Amino acid sequence: MNDFWSWDHAAAVFPDLIKGLGITVLATVVGMIIAAVLGLVVAIVRRSRVRTVTMPVGFLVEFIRSTPLLVQLVFANLMFTQFPSLAVGCVVLGIHYATYMSEVYRAGIDAVPGGQWEAAVALDLPRSRTWRAVILPQAIRNTLPGLGNYAISMFKETPFLAFIYVVEMYAAAQAYGGANFRYIEAITLAGLLFLLVSYPTSLLVRRMENRLA
Amino acid sequence: MPDNDTTPAIEFQGVGKRFGDNVVLDGLNFTVAKGDRVTLIGPSGSGKTTILRLLMTLEEANDGLILVDGQPYTHEIRGGKRVAISEKRRSLVRRRVGMVFQQFNLFPNMSVLENIIEAPIHVLGIPKAQAVARAEDLLEKVGLADKRDARCTQLSGGQQQRVAIARALAMEPEILLLDEVTSALDPELVADVLGVLRNIAETTDITMLIVTHEMQFAREVSNRVLMFDGGKIIEEAHPEAIFTSPEHERTQEFLRAVL
Ligand SMILES: Nc1ncnc2c1ncn2[C@@H]1O[C@H](COP(=O)(O)OP(=O)(O)OP(=O)(O)O)[C@@H](O)[C@H]1O
Ligand SMILES: [Mg+2]
Repeated sequence: MNDFWSWDHAAAVFPDLIKGLGITVLATVVGMIIAAVLGLVVAIVRRSRVRTVTMPVGFLVEFIRSTPLLVQLVFANLMFTQFPSLAVGCVVLGIHYATYMSEVYRAGIDAVPGGQWEAAVALDLPRSRTWRAVILPQAIRNTLPGLGNYAISMFKETPFLAFIYVVEMYAAAQAYGGANFRYIEAITLAGLLFLLVSYPTSLLVRRMENRLA
Repeated sequence: MPDNDTTPAIEFQGVGKRFGDNVVLDGLNFTVAKGDRVTLIGPSGSGKTTILRLLMTLEEANDGLILVDGQPYTHEIRGGKRVAISEKRRSLVRRRVGMVFQQFNLFPNMSVLENIIEAPIHVLGIPKAQAVARAEDLLEKVGLADKRDARCTQLSGGQQQRVAIARALAMEPEILLLDEVTSALDPELVADVLGVLRNIAETTDITMLIVTHEMQFAREVSNRVLMFDGGKIIEEAHPEAIFTSPEHERTQEFLRAVL
């Protein structure tokens, strides 16, 4: 028997890993939805000229971006014990990434030519309608690759959820390793499964980037 | 419009505009009567575009008042002080003013038809069917009936500009601002756009404020020409008069350069 690699262990841990992968994907999808929506709100709010609004939001964004995701997860999990850890984890991931997404949106919004705003003013379109019908449809097109890249990056950071006892794929691998004193198969397979999901996704994002360029 | 209505369509009262230290307009006074077709000429940087942008509220004057149809537009005098007018009231005046831009500025995420019906539906509250019917009439008028469902990005510059004209007209403006609307076009496309504008000038009584380098067009369409220099009107006359025998030395120089 090969000491380094055992197919028996590999087969035994596989179902746990697939279950964990389900949680990982779920957390990524929910987190990304929160990040996409909240990021957009933040981007629009930060463009407002009312400093009493933009200042606190700006401060909050900087604060979230300059503290580690791991610290935020653990802290939030201690604060909100009444909610399931998975729910807390998704929301924290979402908020954390919303601060990055807001920058992607900001760039997308800035890339819409000023003439579009001016034409909307000349037609007396209300500001809300200008955002909805003119600016965002053009801006969001430019943000799709950014959204995809952050989705991949969030997917790869979900192992942090293990620190708040969410049994996603990495935690499942760790649990098997701890119980059987065999880590190598579990961790290797978990890594391969991450690769199996994120690599095709990144190819898809790259194709999207090329199409938009 | 009734003949006895002598309220000017546009009135500038001591309007000043600065960009930092650069004084572009200084105590500018002028009026445009209803139905007038006024062409603004003058050297580059004399503030022609700025005047149109002030009228479209794309820039804000530092001093003075701008009246549209006798009503204060962006600022008014209250208690002896010049105060800004609320966005809500500005909006009511602004929708009576239309503008066509040098760079067309069509909405690329919408079809030709959608560009035209957007504001009538969402600003004026016109029912969609009616807005579409009117847009189709306008497309006919600018010679693009067959481009109704095209994407704007598939059109030539001249076609895009004609859609932009139709879009502005769909709001049934009383005042139409045209800022060098043919400058971005290939020479062979200029005639179509000018033809459309000539037709509008002949068939409507819209007040037009035109900035153009097409002196022949200015001559045909406008009934008054204002020559700007150094932030002031230095000469004002009927196009025939100003183009054949300009009085001011600067006007002579300017016309010699462009004609
Ligand atoms: N947004 C701005 N910021 C700073 N300066 C500006 C701005 N817009 C215009 N100016 C300045 O104001 C002056 C008048 O500009 P304006 O565009 O009104 O001139 P114009 O008569 O339309 O010239 P042209 O014939 O070149 O179009 C110029 O000196 C220009 O540099
Ligand atoms: Mg100009």
